Amino acid sequence: MADGGKAAQGPATNEKQPLVRFEAVTKRFGSVAAVEALSLDIGHDEFFALLGPSGCGKTTLLRMLAGFETPTEGRILLDGEDIVPVQPHRRPVNMMFQSYALFPHLTVEGNIGFGLRQGNVARAEIADRVAEMLALVRLQGFGARRIDQLSGGQRQRVALARSLIKRPRVLLLDEPLAALDKKLRGETQFELMELQRKLGTTFVIVTHDQEEAMIVADRIAVMDRGRLMQVASPAEIYERPNSRWVAGFIGEATMMEGRVGPDDNIESALGRVRTGGTGKARPGDTVWLALRPEKIGMAADRPKDHVNSVSGTVSEIGYRGDMSIYKILLSDGSVMKVALTNASARGGAPFSLNDPVWLSWPPEAGVVLTE
Amino acid sequence: MQENLQKRDWGGRAVLLLPYLWLVVFFLTPFIIVLKISLSQTAMAQPPYLPVFDLSAGWAGLKEFAAQLSLDSFQLLFTDLIYLLSYLKSAQVAAISTIILLLIGYPFAYGIARAPRGWQPLLVMAVVLPFWTSFLIRVYAWINILQRDGLLNDVLMRLYIVDTPVSWLSSDTAIYIGMVYSYLPFMVLPLYAALEQMDETLLEAAADLGCSRWKTFWLVVVPLSLPGAAAGALLCFIPIVGEFVIPDLLGGSETLMIGQTLWNEFFANRDWPVASAIAVTLLALLLVPMLFYERLQQRSLGGGS
Repeated sequence: MADGGKAAQGPATNEKQPLVRFEAVTKRFGSVAAVEALSLDIGHDEFFALLGPSGCGKTTLLRMLAGFETPTEGRILLDGEDIVPVQPHRRPVNMMFQSYALFPHLTVEGNIGFGLRQGNVARAEIADRVAEMLALVRLQGFGARRIDQLSGGQRQRVALARSLIKRPRVLLLDEPLAALDKKLRGETQFELMELQRKLGTTFVIVTHDQEEAMIVADRIAVMDRGRLMQVASPAEIYERPNSRWVAGFIGEATMMEGRVGPDDNIESALGRVRTGGTGKARPGDTVWLALRPEKIGMAADRPKDHVNSVSGTVSEIGYRGDMSIYKILLSDGSVMKVALTNASARGGAPFSLNDPVWLSWPPEAGVVLTE
Repeated sequence: MQENLQKRDWGGRAVLLLPYLWLVVFFLTPFIIVLKISLSQTAMAQPPYLPVFDLSAGWAGLKEFAAQLSLDSFQLLFTDLIYLLSYLKSAQVAAISTIILLLIGYPFAYGIARAPRGWQPLLVMAVVLPFWTSFLIRVYAWINILQRDGLLNDVLMRLYIVDTPVSWLSSDTAIYIGMVYSYLPFMVLPLYAALEQMDETLLEAAADLGCSRWKTFWLVVVPLSLPGAAAGALLCFIPIVGEFVIPDLLGGSETLMIGQTLWNEFFANRDWPVASAIAVTLLALLLVPMLFYERLQQRSLGGGS
């Protein structure tokens, strides 16, 4: 974000310049700020996710990009041009709505071709491009159907085709998969990624589902209460969260509170814990060590090679099929979550309730958080 | 389980039967009586027509009764031009009134549907409010407004729009004013219901795909409110065709609407068979737009097509 000043001077098609830029954007509804002084760049050909709990402002951000909401303060640049004064119907962005918002009085073809019919595109070309879109979303032969004759998954694909046919600079997806059942959602996530790679269009997706954001997106902006918490790749957000809030929101994590001691050690209630580095924290600072459940090893005997090990008893087991989540009650009364894959085909867990166990993790497994 | 289901089925059927029973007792039976009278002849008698249905005469009486029925009244309807002109006049008044009602009612309904949520019940209430006063009184009020020294002429003259009073009463204009005023709620309410139900994201979707507000209105709002417009048009057109009070009080005496002609036959001429024939024919004619509406509704429900 620091190189913004330099990039803004270049021509509109400069590849260095972000495709979309939010500049200190604030949106207030009455006295409530849905988005607060938010700055964000979205690059060319990116699959970008806005992730956060409901009411965090992610949808408002998307709607400002589409033109349905006007920022109270700040600018929104598309290819370096401020689009805030541009009416929604003149913006080169299209949106796929959460409810799909398909026109019930039009057929599948009528819906998909709707956007093109508003411009002066020749009738033959419209027909060609509608057919092309039907093929793209695998709905050949459905063109003449009415919307109420389609299944939920088919409607979702019609909505997708309709929002893509004008070849928008940015495709906005507002919770596009929320209405699908879990299995279909999983398949559609991969289809969306494939589509994005094939078309090379920038996709901006709004979702409250961390897993979905992690799977589809190149970069994720985690939001809370109108602010950006962290903007990074899925792996970085998962492995290197910048706050306890992000670590807790994305996936599961056990937080261990302590004070920074010498040699990257943390003095906690469970004793001295070695870490891979305490970052900016200085000796004496209160920090939290975030540990992901799958990075913790569990054994019946005390491990000899691990530096960090604690003992406890199994207090709960959550069997998920592919893996089991164990809640381990530690000596200081805290609970640590451990995930073990169920690699053995015989089923059942290698540990049972109330078993005494030893937990251990390498120094670099956890992340030291200061806030 | 099976038995239980069947039992409930009987209960369900009984509930379904009730409205049909209502229709048979209060619609079908009177209609059959009117139909029978339309096939009779006038007579100086009590009731003023022949034959009279008499069960005491037995089978032979029934046969004689059937033999006396005739289509004379219907024949008269098609030979005397008065009736045809009356039907046409009614159709014309109803059609023009319905068009004016659509043009006035649509912005009304649209405005209410787009008003803030909290205001809508109040605005709907305002549309229905005139019903709290008797229909007859409201029409008489219009006589007052439209007469030579009435409110309308008073206002127009004060504004120097006209310098001599205009005679509004006893004209088609007065009939149209009365019709449009009286039937406006019947147009606004179904239109409002259709517009209010509309998913607002559809309007955003249209804007997103390149429609200006005006285009969105024509390409999305109007087509989706068509069922409401059709319902409103029927709710106005059908009763206006048979309307009697408004043309009788506000209209002139040149060409009578069919309701007035019917009234004349019934009360002035005491020709019950012809009056009944007029009513039966009117009902048959009105079935046409109703069937058309039924078809439209079936299509929009995606039933058979």
